[in-house]
Amino acid sequence: MTKDDIKAAFLKELTSVAPDIDAADVGGDDQLQDDLELDSMDILNLVTALHERLGVNIPEEDYRRIETLNKAVVYLAERLG
Amino acid sequence: MTWETIAKTDAERAFAALTDPDAGRAAFDWDQAAEMLDGLPGGGLNIAYEALDRHVAHGNGDRLALRWFGKDGDARDFTYADLARATARFANVLRHNGLQAGDRLYSLMGRKPELYIAALGTLKAGLVFSPLFSAFGPEPIRTRMEIGEANAVVTTESIYRRKIAKWRDEIPSLKTVFLVDVDDAPEGCVALGPALAAASEEFEVAATQPEDMALIHFTSGTTGRPKGAVHVHQAVYAHVATGRFALNLRPGAIYWCTADPGWVTGTSYGIISPLVNGATMLVDEAEFDLDRWYGMLEREKVEIWYTAPTAIRMMMRAGAEAAAPYDFSNLQFLASVGEPLNPEGVVWGKEVFGHPFHDNWWQTETGGIMIANLAAMDIKPGSMGKPLPGIEAGVVDSGSDPLRECATGEIGELALRPGWPSMMRTYLHEQARYDKTFRDGWYLSGDLAMKDEDGYFWFVGRADDLIKSSGHLIGPFEVESALIEHEAVAEAGVIGLPDETAGEVVKAYVSLNPGYEPSEELERDIRGHARKKLGPAVAPREVVFRNTLPKTRSGKIMRRLLKARELGLPEGDISTLETDES
Repeated sequence: MTKDDIKAAFLKELTSVAPDIDAADVGGDDQLQDDLELDSMDILNLVTALHERLGVNIPEEDYRRIETLNKAVVYLAERLG
Repeated sequence: MTWETIAKTDAERAFAALTDPDAGRAAFDWDQAAEMLDGLPGGGLNIAYEALDRHVAHGNGDRLALRWFGKDGDARDFTYADLARATARFANVLRHNGLQAGDRLYSLMGRKPELYIAALGTLKAGLVFSPLFSAFGPEPIRTRMEIGEANAVVTTESIYRRKIAKWRDEIPSLKTVFLVDVDDAPEGCVALGPALAAASEEFEVAATQPEDMALIHFTSGTTGRPKGAVHVHQAVYAHVATGRFALNLRPGAIYWCTADPGWVTGTSYGIISPLVNGATMLVDEAEFDLDRWYGMLEREKVEIWYTAPTAIRMMMRAGAEAAAPYDFSNLQFLASVGEPLNPEGVVWGKEVFGHPFHDNWWQTETGGIMIANLAAMDIKPGSMGKPLPGIEAGVVDSGSDPLRECATGEIGELALRPGWPSMMRTYLHEQARYDKTFRDGWYLSGDLAMKDEDGYFWFVGRADDLIKSSGHLIGPFEVESALIEHEAVAEAGVIGLPDETAGEVVKAYVSLNPGYEPSEELERDIRGHARKKLGPAVAPREVVFRNTLPKTRSGKIMRRLLKARELGLPEGDISTLETDES
């Protein structure tokens, strides 16, 4: 998977969990909770959706590494290795 | 499976403020709470004076009152004297802007120091404080401001612009908007920072009386609009006593309440109770983050920790290994509230933190903890504990007239004998709804419970359709009303489904208007609409389509039936069913 594929997959799942967000408005450094106003249940649902889609199990202690789009792409690329 | 009773160690019992709970219960009356307080020097009672100024008057102004941690790693300390001065400035700013005793100030912001200063400064000036949850969408905010006739709001520039500015002029009572994070306020708003800097730090605390209105906390109803539960300054009797008995708060104790002041726990036990008891309270602006929380407990040497089942279950998901690197040896007492804590969570506390979680029970309407597992009591995991001193609780059959007290082990409605100091005094503009909660000398809580042979109370469920998600009480009607504002939605029924992390999650069933077809895209669009209106905490996490919803003859959607079917439970009495689900 290329980074663009990962980015697209992340945005697809993000906007599925939080359909009030328009993918085009998500800045690379926007914080999921502070800027995009996801709550902790949304984060759990996002993690579950990413697991189902990409096969990557994201442990609780790594949630910080997906807190922005840019961070998440780097992290997921690393995990998909 | 049944869980073994957790016997307390001598050290755990020694930490208790109430070393012999049964004797303490027998000996207590509320006059003793008055002795824990000062009262205003010139007569009267004011929560802010009890929380701050009296400690300064007693020579304890240098004690740390609030240690605040920002999202980005910054930290600020406030002594009792600092907060007394800052709230005096805030009270002066209110006066300069024409706000008077009895006016209502709302807060709508994250956990920044200004929120705490605003809460206590408002009370100090004799105004009424009403906190709102900052993640609410515009709709719940507006409804609550209308009901409470807000006169002023303290918020951030961004929240104001996104959620209030558009309809501000339609709330005639709303005179003043304070913005905490700007130096130059847009037209019609006041920049709070410069106003505070220019204000005097001398302010004579408003001479409020015990029965004067102090707080409005909104809570959801099954039908109709949210209810504004009114609390008075005398509630501080309960804040001081319950904080001492149920949480063991004492001067200088390092205490962390993780609740947001937008909900009643975060005000009663995240501001007032710790301060009236002279404790040092920690506040973290950030949301739950595993390492951040564990790091906080260790680094700040937290002694008393009051948190919620959703957070505990998130920690449990990460496993004991994630907690292993941390030193929690300063922790003395752990408590939980918001919804019943499952026995696994109670026991997990002991395994990972060295002490079990102490579940307790109360509501927006009760203003303070009513039933609790105390430090000197053995814990039956899963039970909410026993009534606090000064509280008489019972389980009643609310279907019988007059009310009948249930036998041991029999399920009924959890009820309290009215008259404790932090009992709500009314629902704003809804006297009839308020009166309905009292019958035959009992306050009816709406929760189902049973009492066992040892006097421990056990939560069974809600008696109504209210949904408890992540500790927040959600009224299905409010959610349904927002859903049917979507152009495609004809009817909506909303229920809570069990969820292992959040307790319950909100699920919606909708039927569509002619010309609309169910699709994944439409499902997302409806959820997106609901999130924009209501915010993520209240909006449904799932929307499913139905041709018709099950309804009674009077046209009421039978939420109970939707839920029973979803969970594969017996459908119960469906004699009033007119139109069935399809």
